[in-house]
Amino acid sequence: MISRARVLDALATVHDPELDEPITMLGFVGSCDVSDGGDVSVRLRLPTPQCAPNFAFLMASDAREAVRRVSGVGEVGVVLEDHYTAAEINAAVGAGGGFGAAFPGESSGDLEVLRELFQRKALLARQGRVAAMLLGDGSRPLSHEALVALTVADLPEHREVERSLELRRELGLPCRPGSPALVAGDGGPIPVGELAMWLRRARLVGLSLESNGGLCRSLLRVRHGVHDPTEEVAT
Amino acid sequence: MYEKNGEKYFVVDTHTHFWDASPENWVKGAEQYAKGWIECFHAYQSLGPEATHWPIEHFQKYSADDYEKDVFVDGYADVAISQPTYLKEWFANGFNDLERNAQLLDRFPGRFIVNGRFDPRDGDQAMRQLEADHERFGLKGVKLYTAEWNGASRGWALTDQAAQPFFRKCEELGIKNIHVHKGPTIWPLDKDAFDVKDVDIAATSYPDLNFIVEHVGLPRIEDFCFMATQEPNVYAGLSVVVGALMHARPRFFANCMGELLFWVGEDKMMFGSDYAIWEPKWQIEGLVDWDYPDDTFSDYPRWTTAAKKKVLGLNAARLYGVDVPEECRLRDDEGTPGAEDDAQLVESPA
Repeated sequence: MISRARVLDALATVHDPELDEPITMLGFVGSCDVSDGGDVSVRLRLPTPQCAPNFAFLMASDAREAVRRVSGVGEVGVVLEDHYTAAEINAAVGAGGGFGAAFPGESSGDLEVLRELFQRKALLARQGRVAAMLLGDGSRPLSHEALVALTVADLPEHREVERSLELRRELGLPCRPGSPALVAGDGGPIPVGELAMWLRRARLVGLSLESNGGLCRSLLRVRHGVHDPTEEVAT
Repeated sequence: MYEKNGEKYFVVDTHTHFWDASPENWVKGAEQYAKGWIECFHAYQSLGPEATHWPIEHFQKYSADDYEKDVFVDGYADVAISQPTYLKEWFANGFNDLERNAQLLDRFPGRFIVNGRFDPRDGDQAMRQLEADHERFGLKGVKLYTAEWNGASRGWALTDQAAQPFFRKCEELGIKNIHVHKGPTIWPLDKDAFDVKDVDIAATSYPDLNFIVEHVGLPRIEDFCFMATQEPNVYAGLSVVVGALMHARPRFFANCMGELLFWVGEDKMMFGSDYAIWEPKWQIEGLVDWDYPDDTFSDYPRWTTAAKKKVLGLNAARLYGVDVPEECRLRDDEGTPGAEDDAQLVESPA
């Protein structure tokens, strides 16, 4: 029999593509039940009933795929709750259909273009955090020239570094030991003259993803009484 | 006017509503959308200070007396602008349409501005309505809500062919201020509904119009910033930023303010309370008292007294041609509110 913990581990690999955070951390997994026979039933809940259907679909569909990959799992049911397009999304996801099947005539293709757009934003934000870490607090100053000259092999072992490289691999961007430690959108190194503005942009994208995540958590707390571990204390 | 430590702040609240979301106004068969809409707004209100939370019944429908007290008396506004939201698919008489907002005109002569709207999907009829509304109210601005449903349509973009005659008409009539509100759900559904690229293109096509992006393009604040920094006629509407973040998430708020001051600049940011989602009083007092929480924010522009005066009212006063009393104006060396030359050219993001 498979354990609930393994199913939750699988769900933790599913990211909200818009926020670049695991759905488990965001509180989007409302319940997860595993029967004696290994059948899995997952219920997802989002911060508002009007959350964008495209991202909602990706999360529901990715969650189903992630759980189905757990070895020994039986039937997998993933249901989105309290959403204004829940009926369409649940029917298509349950049948293993694509987004076009959920909303016939209302989409012009699949969601992979949208997914890649947000993966690229996420990569910029993740690399920005790696760069900030490498530049450090200024106690051992690293010049901009030295930063852009670093290679993947020079990077320290760190969760943020791993996350950045994982996403590069997914996007088909180079990540061999000799590849640049930080890459521009085309996979090449960042020209040193552009680094200052690149760092500014990366910080802004990171802030945007994080504050959107914060707003979602705030609304989820109000709607479902979900505890929010990232909550700030208002001054 | 708000006065603190001897400084006088002229207040223009650029984003207010006078809505009716009571169950009597819900469209039969669409009740769940109407109810979901107002409950979602109500959840947003809970991000403000607890003492300013309203019971849902009051939040669904409030009176002209409430508006006067909250916006003009307690809310310090010298001038308030109402932004209409029609949503007639869900609310029988509209959520807060121009007619409803205009009920307040006689009550606050010279202090209350009603903005209009148009929906290019309604074609000629919408054009005639825009002309009639302008004739009647002398419109200086419109609020466009691109995610609004209309029949089988689930949204539109500023770049749609059908929208172009409306922008030309706005230029012709001198309706200079185009407030744009992005929202979820737009056709085709697989595109990013919050994408602000169409605003970028429209701003370039119509350089004599001002494009005010409401709630700074949230949740796409980064796309908005990259655009606003390059377009001289794109402005930031601060509604939601202050209401949703200043109290509930002060560090995010500090980062957002720092980024906006850097990319967009103090001459192009405008306060809006988004009343009645949030009351204006705490937002205005909070903005004047606000500063970065510590020195980790040292590479962001400073939040000076001049910046506060511009953002709280002087920028919007220039865009809307509102006369500001001498005592509230800036000194000559403190810059020009609403100046377009704040925009700086940077490369577009990768």
